Amino acid sequence: MIYLDNAATTMRKPEGVIAAVVKAMESMGNSSRGTHEGALDAARSVYRTRVKLGRMFGCAAERVVFTCNSTEALNIAISGTIDSGHHVISTDLEHNSVLRPLYRLQEEKGVELSFVPADKKGNVDYADFERLMKPNTKAIVCTHASNLTGNHIDIRRVGEIAHSRGALLIVDASQTAGAFPISIKEMSVDVLCFTGHKSLMGPQGTGGLCVGEGVEIRPFKVGGSGVQSYSRTQPTEYPTRLEAGTLNGHGIAGLGAALDFIEEVGMDVIFEKEHRLMTRFYEGVKDIEGVTVYGDFSRKRSPVVALNIKDYDSSAVSDELSEEYDIATRPGAHCAPRMHTALGTVEQGAVRFSFAYFNTEDEVDTAIQAVREIAQ
Amino acid sequence: MREKRLYLVITFHTTSAAMAMESLCAEKGLPGRLIPVPREITAGCGMAFRAEVEQEQSLLEAAGAADIQVDGVHKLVI
Repeated sequence: MIYLDNAATTMRKPEGVIAAVVKAMESMGNSSRGTHEGALDAARSVYRTRVKLGRMFGCAAERVVFTCNSTEALNIAISGTIDSGHHVISTDLEHNSVLRPLYRLQEEKGVELSFVPADKKGNVDYADFERLMKPNTKAIVCTHASNLTGNHIDIRRVGEIAHSRGALLIVDASQTAGAFPISIKEMSVDVLCFTGHKSLMGPQGTGGLCVGEGVEIRPFKVGGSGVQSYSRTQPTEYPTRLEAGTLNGHGIAGLGAALDFIEEVGMDVIFEKEHRLMTRFYEGVKDIEGVTVYGDFSRKRSPVVALNIKDYDSSAVSDELSEEYDIATRPGAHCAPRMHTALGTVEQGAVRFSFAYFNTEDEVDTAIQAVREIAQ
Repeated sequence: MREKRLYLVITFHTTSAAMAMESLCAEKGLPGRLIPVPREITAGCGMAFRAEVEQEQSLLEAAGAADIQVDGVHKLVI
């Protein structure tokens, strides 16, 4: 299979990740549950991964909180900081993992929402963030990169706007964590939500949030913590405050190995290769008659190319790519309803080709040829 | 683009139900496969079970007997 659905999950993982998960499943107890060697093995592994993530994202290790994925992290960040009477600014680029928690707050708590619109190319105008600010704006919740077009939002710029008005910046880094340098300190990010199984190349079921200094998040869930057992309430200290229950220790061990791999190869090397593959594909398909490519390719972006062929149903194109060419892509709506509305692809959806470090130029060329043949 | 023809397309409310259908059909030797939901049925995403139109009765009976909730049954040229 030629796997070009890396924006959904990177299917090929570094060998060290697989080995680390297997080793963890052979030797690990439960982190923070006693001090026998099995428990300590797990606690040390979790801690090492926490430290590495903190280093990658410019965050203190004890403020790196593990979750199952980005969606859980975003739910924790959004529901734990925003309340009745607050106003929130988000964007048309968002995934449902941002939109649905916000819509729920709107429905249940009367939270006011405003959205920065995207233009036909999927870009935002930064003046709109300023324009939409209100005295009760509590937060800007915003993706770092669209999962549909791959376009980036300049988080640093949005962070400056948020902080100049006393608002928080909560970032969905699902499509960028691991592939682009992110420093929550330097980029004025208050909460960074990430997943472990995409560009970070770790196992599914891993992810988390980096919580900036001074940011208070109410726990989404409470329960076992392995410390302060006689307290009737969840400990207030990070990361325990937001980590009730047994962590995915086996997955986190794999994520730790994935971080080692990224450090060893170099994030810039990974970015350069993914970007080269994406550009090769884009250049190969953009002028094929009947092909429409979405997004802005003149700026820094994530390695995603979403397209349609004539008026063909994106589901049918993706199915043909899979059945006839053994090429894996994603069709349909991509959980990004506002983005599809902005692009005018609500009915047709789009076929998304997304690239990762382990893809090759030969695979890209085969995919270009497949698009050419389907468009004939 | 490959040639279109008439197919039976069964949709489900959840991915779990779609997986249950695939598993049931594999077990019972009923032909068909999962495809992305065609836009003629709904814009969006998700998966559907595609089979030959002649299979409608046997597939629906099997689904019913196994308590698999079907959302819709369509005959489409796709």
